[in-house]
Amino acid sequence: MMRGKSGRAHKFAESPVLKLALPAWRSRMVALLLLGSLGVLVGRSVYLQIVNTDFLQEKGESRYRRDLEISASRGKVTDRNGDVLAISTPMKSIWAIPADARLTAQQSQQLAKALDAEPKDLARKLASDKGFVYLQRQVSPEVADRIAALKLPGIYQNKEYRRYYPTGDMTAHIVGFTGVDDKGLEGVELAFEKSLIGHAGSRSVIRDRRGQIVEDVGSIKPPQDGKDIRLALDSKIQYLAYSMLKQSVADNKAKAGGAVVIDAKTGEILALANWPTYNPNNRDHLSGGQLRNRAVTDTFEPGSTLKPFTAALALEKGKFRFDSIINCAPGKLTIGNATISDAHPHGALTVAQVIQKSSNVGAAKMAATFAPQEMWEMFDAVGFGQTSRLGFPGEVSGRLRAWKTWRPIEQATMSYGHGISVSLMQLARAYSVFAGDGELMPMSLTRVEQGPVTGVPVFSAQTAREVRAMLEMAAGPGGTAPKAQVPGYRVAGKTGTAHKLEGGLYANKYVSSFVGFAPVSDPRLIVAVMIDEPSAGKHYGGDVAAPVFSAITGGALRTLGIAPDAQMTVVSAPQQPPKEKL
Amino acid sequence: MLRTNMVFLFFVVFCALGVVTSQHKARKLFQELEAEQERAKQLDVEFGQLQLELSTWATHPRIEKIAKERLKMRAPETARLLVAKPVEGAQ
Repeated sequence: MMRGKSGRAHKFAESPVLKLALPAWRSRMVALLLLGSLGVLVGRSVYLQIVNTDFLQEKGESRYRRDLEISASRGKVTDRNGDVLAISTPMKSIWAIPADARLTAQQSQQLAKALDAEPKDLARKLASDKGFVYLQRQVSPEVADRIAALKLPGIYQNKEYRRYYPTGDMTAHIVGFTGVDDKGLEGVELAFEKSLIGHAGSRSVIRDRRGQIVEDVGSIKPPQDGKDIRLALDSKIQYLAYSMLKQSVADNKAKAGGAVVIDAKTGEILALANWPTYNPNNRDHLSGGQLRNRAVTDTFEPGSTLKPFTAALALEKGKFRFDSIINCAPGKLTIGNATISDAHPHGALTVAQVIQKSSNVGAAKMAATFAPQEMWEMFDAVGFGQTSRLGFPGEVSGRLRAWKTWRPIEQATMSYGHGISVSLMQLARAYSVFAGDGELMPMSLTRVEQGPVTGVPVFSAQTAREVRAMLEMAAGPGGTAPKAQVPGYRVAGKTGTAHKLEGGLYANKYVSSFVGFAPVSDPRLIVAVMIDEPSAGKHYGGDVAAPVFSAITGGALRTLGIAPDAQMTVVSAPQQPPKEKL
Repeated sequence: MLRTNMVFLFFVVFCALGVVTSQHKARKLFQELEAEQERAKQLDVEFGQLQLELSTWATHPRIEKIAKERLKMRAPETARLLVAKPVEGAQ
């Protein structure tokens, strides 16, 4: 037809194929197929983009995004001058997934050598069926690097911290220590756990193929390092107290001892030493006795060191004066069916001499004029029978029975420190009423930045001054503790010697103590010393504890640069100082 | 019309290259920052270790031992001490 008669050029548009009538279903079929595949594509993208998007996004992110923990370190503990007492330094722990750790004999040998461990122990650990075993904790970073270089399968490392105590056994009881998890277990480490502890932060980052961080994504949670704690402790005075105490315990063949030095103006604890002690850096063979912070957690019957409180109350109530005469002859006093006696019978003594010579009869006679409630209130006001609120772990309150249950003989014995128990810390704190103007100072473990500190008034300034004079007599020639003297300084203090209670009975063992302060013209330091069971022949507080007081006080005053308030020569003491009776 | 489009195209390409360069620079700087922060952390750790070492060397028992044994020092007897008192009113 196209080639028809016209002979015109061929027209494709008029192709005869197009003229063929195709069945209509074929074109519809194609259209439907195309539409159908579009539908599938849309469906798939809905599935991927909307239904399954979270899962896929997460999978994608896990290819490049990493959550990193930013470690925070535990705070330092320093003394008042900033010298480090406890510090954390990073270490590594080496752990393994035993199922993955298929080591060749040579590899395990290398590992054992690097860890300095027995190959047998190592093999046993790696053979365990647990999912996770620590091979060794607190490995030094150098060793950890060497192990990492071995590229062992199934062996991993974690960062952790180790705590070091450069001053070691010297400050062990006050600073305490932390466990392997860097958590405080004892002492200041436990008491200030909340401030010391660091809080790790976290961040998410994008990492490239080489493991380099490309950028931060999301928000960063900054780590919070633990706060540093600055203690009131003065490490020089601490060393003095510790070494003198150690020496004295050895010389007197004693079982234990404790010493406390307090700043009389601020109530700061400048030193706290105990013997026996331990090395906090190596705590392998520790016994409870070594761990005990005796000065704070152990109570004892203080003995004569309580007499000044009796005298102060007597002065305060106006019942006696400094020079009131008390007849202490014949050195015995019977109350009910019990008899109180003095080591040396004295005749008539003034109140001041009762303290100076440490007369039990004199103290009991003063106490007999008080109502039990008055006396209880005074003991309570100076802090006996209650904890000193230092926040120290294991702090004890001592024993002060309710006054309603007191019998007259008990009131009499309490006047010279029996039938009542206190800790050395409480005793030292109580003496702050005499060192200051009759105020009981609050104690502080940490450095006090803002002065001046005010205490709770217990006695009048006049009473405190008079008792101070009595205590100076007690520490002078003619007193019970001439050995407490410090050349160049006026010191005051009181000895105590008490039988130990064992199973409710007084045993033939003693606790010797001395509590005092210096310089008397303007007291700066309160020093308390306690020696438990001296057994080298001497047991009087004046012979055992007073020399320790003298050595610590002398050294501490010099260290602090406090001007001497007396001449440099010690007034010669009599050969036989009066003994106190137990 | 074509010319305007070409100008826009050049502009867009220029911007795109700018973005690439600045992103690259930012990443470089970020890595430097990372490295410096890492160094700061390491120095901090080292400082801690040095502090530890310092206080280990400076413990009082060691100082006393050296003073007494090596340097033969001792506390003067009290008879040989003189106390200098500051003059009243002086600083």
